[in-house]
Amino acid sequence: MIPHFTILPILLPLLSAVVLMFFWSKPRNQRVLSVIGHGLTLMASYYLAQKTFTGEIFSVQAGNWSAPFGITFVADALSGMLVLLASLAAFAVSIFSAASIGNGRASFGYFPILQFLLMGLNGSFLAGDIFNLYVWFEVIIISSFVLITLGGEKAQLEGAVKYVTLNLLASVIFLTGIAVLYGIMGSLNLADLAVKISASPDKGLINTAAILFLVGFGIKSAIFPMYFWLPASYHTPPAAVSAIFGGLLTKVGVYALIRVFSLLFIEDPFIRDVFIVLAVLSMITGAVGAIGQQNIRKVFSYLIISHIGFMIAGLGMYSTLALMGAVFYLFHDILVKTNVFLISGVIFKMRGSFRLENLGGLYNKFPLISIVFAIVMFSLVGTPPLSGFWPKLYLLQSSFTEGELWIFGAILLASFLTLIAIVKVWLAAFWKKPVENKIAMERIVWHQLIPIEKFLILLPILILTTATLYIGFYAENISDICKLIAEQIQDKSGYIEAVMPQIETNINPENIP
Amino acid sequence: MEILLAVTIGLLYAAGIFLILRRSLVRLIIGLVLLGNGANLLIFLLGRISKGQPPIIPEESKVFLDAYADPIPQALILTAIVISFGLQAYAIILVKRAYRVVKTDDIDNMITTDEV
Repeated sequence: MIPHFTILPILLPLLSAVVLMFFWSKPRNQRVLSVIGHGLTLMASYYLAQKTFTGEIFSVQAGNWSAPFGITFVADALSGMLVLLASLAAFAVSIFSAASIGNGRASFGYFPILQFLLMGLNGSFLAGDIFNLYVWFEVIIISSFVLITLGGEKAQLEGAVKYVTLNLLASVIFLTGIAVLYGIMGSLNLADLAVKISASPDKGLINTAAILFLVGFGIKSAIFPMYFWLPASYHTPPAAVSAIFGGLLTKVGVYALIRVFSLLFIEDPFIRDVFIVLAVLSMITGAVGAIGQQNIRKVFSYLIISHIGFMIAGLGMYSTLALMGAVFYLFHDILVKTNVFLISGVIFKMRGSFRLENLGGLYNKFPLISIVFAIVMFSLVGTPPLSGFWPKLYLLQSSFTEGELWIFGAILLASFLTLIAIVKVWLAAFWKKPVENKIAMERIVWHQLIPIEKFLILLPILILTTATLYIGFYAENISDICKLIAEQIQDKSGYIEAVMPQIETNINPENIP
Repeated sequence: MEILLAVTIGLLYAAGIFLILRRSLVRLIIGLVLLGNGANLLIFLLGRISKGQPPIIPEESKVFLDAYADPIPQALILTAIVISFGLQAYAIILVKRAYRVVKTDDIDNMITTDEV
């Protein structure tokens, strides 16, 4: 039986987007339908994810053209988990948007585009073909371009110019990498490429292609020194948009690095050394950058860069334990980064500003809500027993046993600097005496909101916090899945067999005259 | 023919990167267009160019008897052209809007989002 449910997480957002377009001028209906659409996608993703956690790898060949000739979708445990988390984060952002996005943005297609973004994300997690991965990346970036500029404020357009330029450049470099790889190997299917590359003697050209992919994905995942577009643009759109960007867009780049490099290029020690150097530098520059910022969304933007370094370090070390740490951190980071950007949106509604000097007094005024925020920030720092602690433990353990002391030191330093940055945010926003800034005071909207709106704005934060707490307190469940994923990544044969059960060619020699 | 194409692709990439590094927004867009075209031609070239060998199996046979032109690069280029067409249209409108709102086409003056 063909496991058609594999592509449901792609089809449902597409269907929802089409339905939403019929309600173009009715923002009220769009808000409800968008949440329903994301809810359905979440259910389909959960169904797919719990099937992949058994260790089975599902593949769908479009139009029944067998791999490597047709278009392939593959779902292993890594894809399954990421599809689930992306759908969960998008569901939370969709509730937050329903309550917080103004009618102006909603009547210009905000909600359909949000669905297209999720379609692109799920598509890239499930693609089994490198050119399809490129196409899904384009679906993601064109949706994100619309979301980042929708509204047309000055800061948005300025940030968008940088964001658009570097993302287009990354796409061109990625496409160049595909061209070179196709020129050497004559194939695009990832499983087929994995077989062919391990048998190929032409290491020089393969490494050229690998570096092109590294730069292309590196710009998208904002690793050192290709991250400058991120802090220049992520703080400009509405909080709901930065939440889904901060939570998911850079993580797609990391996913692509893990998937493509583990299947094709990671055997080369040179590539692994490059990863380790870039990881160490990303961790430290991101964390140092976060300390110097005054805008809370920019603090979190720099922390994204720093924490991307943790995942890249795990990929660079490439032992089972290190990969477990890398994918565990990836899962934790999607939930927490989405959540902190949503929280920054709530803080803006409460105090009318994103800047630390205008904030203050939140703990006095909203003690219960502040405690929820504190849990999220503690888990971002990695305080035990919250979710950020466990992957760091795995990464530290593996870096120590493998003698990668640079990574060991960088993780400790970056965690410590993250702590300083978060303490700075906490002191300025929550404990400091409130500052009376006239412009900011006029923008405070929290007291005008009706209770149901307040509830809908806080609900997604509660959902994501619950998920974070679950990861933290039931870490053994997640770590079992991470172990399965790490083993699937290291042993490529399962993936290859799932895509191409018949390794020998289909052509019957008797037919050749 | 290969050498001619290779030189053209190199020129397109070089010109594209040079224009991206300029400060003017319009040159930025033209640079991105040139880079995209260079990448498309590169796929075309690396798919091996051959003349007058359509990938069609003769009726009396079941497999290819002769060398044939690879149809996949052309399908890839078609997809990539359509995508880059959409993205470039978007980028041109973005630059126009950004020019109207920020009132400059000098990228060095677009620094407010980089301030602390």
